Amino acid sequence: MKAAVKPAKGRSVLPGFGISMGFTVVYLSLIVIIPLAGIFIKTAGISWAEFWETATNARVVAAYKVSFLTSFAAASVNAVFGLLVAWVLVRYNFPGKRIIDGLVDLPFALPTAVAGIALTTIYSQNGWIGSLLEPLGVKVAFTPIGITIALMFIGLPFVVRTVQPVMQELDKEIEEASVILGANRFRTFTRVIFPELLPPLITGFALAFARGIGEYGSVVFISGNMPMKTEIAPLLIMSKLEQFDYVGATTIALVMLVISFVLLLFTNYLQWRSSRRMIKE
Amino acid sequence: MKNSRAKWFVTGTLALSLITVLTGCGGTNNANSPATNNGSNTAAKGDIELLNVSYDPTRELYEAVNTKFAAYWKEQSGQNVKINQSHGGSGKQSRSVIDGLKADVVTLALGYDIDAIQSKGLIEEGWQQKYQDNSSPYTSTIAFLVRKGNPKGIKDWADLIKDDVKVVTPNPKTSGGARWNYLAAWGYASKQFNGDEAQIKAYMKSLFNNVETLDSGARASTTTFVERGLGDVLITWENEAYLSLKEFGEDKFEIIYPSISILAEPPVAVVDKNVDKNGTREVAEAYLEFLYTEEAQELEAQNFYRPRLASVLEKYKEQFPDIPMVNVDTDFGGWAEAQKTHFDDGGTFDEIYTKQ
Repeated sequence: MKAAVKPAKGRSVLPGFGISMGFTVVYLSLIVIIPLAGIFIKTAGISWAEFWETATNARVVAAYKVSFLTSFAAASVNAVFGLLVAWVLVRYNFPGKRIIDGLVDLPFALPTAVAGIALTTIYSQNGWIGSLLEPLGVKVAFTPIGITIALMFIGLPFVVRTVQPVMQELDKEIEEASVILGANRFRTFTRVIFPELLPPLITGFALAFARGIGEYGSVVFISGNMPMKTEIAPLLIMSKLEQFDYVGATTIALVMLVISFVLLLFTNYLQWRSSRRMIKE
Repeated sequence: MKNSRAKWFVTGTLALSLITVLTGCGGTNNANSPATNNGSNTAAKGDIELLNVSYDPTRELYEAVNTKFAAYWKEQSGQNVKINQSHGGSGKQSRSVIDGLKADVVTLALGYDIDAIQSKGLIEEGWQQKYQDNSSPYTSTIAFLVRKGNPKGIKDWADLIKDDVKVVTPNPKTSGGARWNYLAAWGYASKQFNGDEAQIKAYMKSLFNNVETLDSGARASTTTFVERGLGDVLITWENEAYLSLKEFGEDKFEIIYPSISILAEPPVAVVDKNVDKNGTREVAEAYLEFLYTEEAQELEAQNFYRPRLASVLEKYKEQFPDIPMVNVDTDFGGWAEAQKTHFDDGGTFDEIYTKQ
């Protein structure tokens, strides 16, 4: 009798957990875990010393720096301006709103190489924008600024599209209450609206950041690929492959994978904390 | 509740079967293609297909060659042959073949890339002795492309290290063409400084200091120089330089030949394992031999590759001036050696950059 009661007790309100969880595990294994495990297996063939030497070579370290710093800068810029774009799209009505809304997704659809070529053409010394910046002494293409711009381009939709729905769902009444209770507009924004938007903003930032780290297609054209200066880590992976150095390539890939995973875990933690604090309040 | 559980179940099964179908399809597809190839071959003198895996700038050349060869083979054997082309960076193409792209023949930019396929057992040893002239039916060299009127007065390698000269060349780490550029410059410096390594490296260092962008491939560098108007000189393949003249007009650019360059021998080989499996050995070998015929040599010259056949070369001698050239085999000890000394990690190229 006890046995008959037990499963009923453990049954969750939402059915189908067994099969959907099983499916999730199988799917993630096929698409994510097994291919990535291949990276670990491939690097397992070399000794620690070899691994360390490849992973900490001066050029490789310089490339990590370029990759992570430009991705960070681009994601930060996107966090600010993506929030603004989402704000404009949610809060105001104006002609052409649909078009702007559609434009936000374009970087998702466009092959990144096309974006890279287009950005380079425009931002190089002889390009439309590049030729205007040149007299001011600002060089964009073939410098880390150029890389950052390419990464801003491909990362923008992540921030807008994660913040936008949350912003849409915001309760008007809370805002009204805040105003009625005497808060001015600025205070209402910083104390009432912004805390609600922070968790999706962090998620959007993390997605844009992660995307930037792995980006290859759009960056190779605008970066100029100068070793020690504007060479990104994914390019080094490609150049290792060009030497048929599969192990070297996977070593760099592994290092990037680990750093990215740690950073993503950290942002997830931040996001979790900020959303928890919000609920508490 | 029962209903919704059934719904979940159906969704899950549907998705799972979708995966099975997708992966299953991939499997049968792969298994099928060689089979159909075999089938059409044994169906006595039916149609046959060849896959030529090549590098980027040869697209136009092989389009022309393939049409001629199809006609030639029809006449020879009565068989219709369709040649499929695959183009991309030379190293990338070589990796695709290693990873299982069923190429019947490879026509790549460097012997090193074919050696890599050989080392995986797909091509028999001694492939480079199988056909005449190092298995390279045509050659090329490295030249300079400058803007019309040559405003910076660039005549030779020595001019490239002047302070006000900006050089465009691709990255030797990712581009086969760029490796030829690098070795050509090295060959010049080596002659200039009588092999004094410190001086050669100093020259190479100042040369690469004048380089503002190292694009990932030869074509990308051409775009940088020709379309974006960056730099004063593009170091590039002779055929790529001629192609730019043809595409963008002789009123915009000029080709400059330096006092010394390098003999580039893009080699060809039959992928033994694949042709044996596909039953295409006969036609694949005939295809590569065809590249040495007068008919094909003519096409190669028209596509700005230097023909091997003296009679055809003579005809096009204005297009291909005779200049002194260093040779990878005699001056750099072959590609394996050159790759190791110059381009592998810790080689001279890294040295030039990492020790600023």
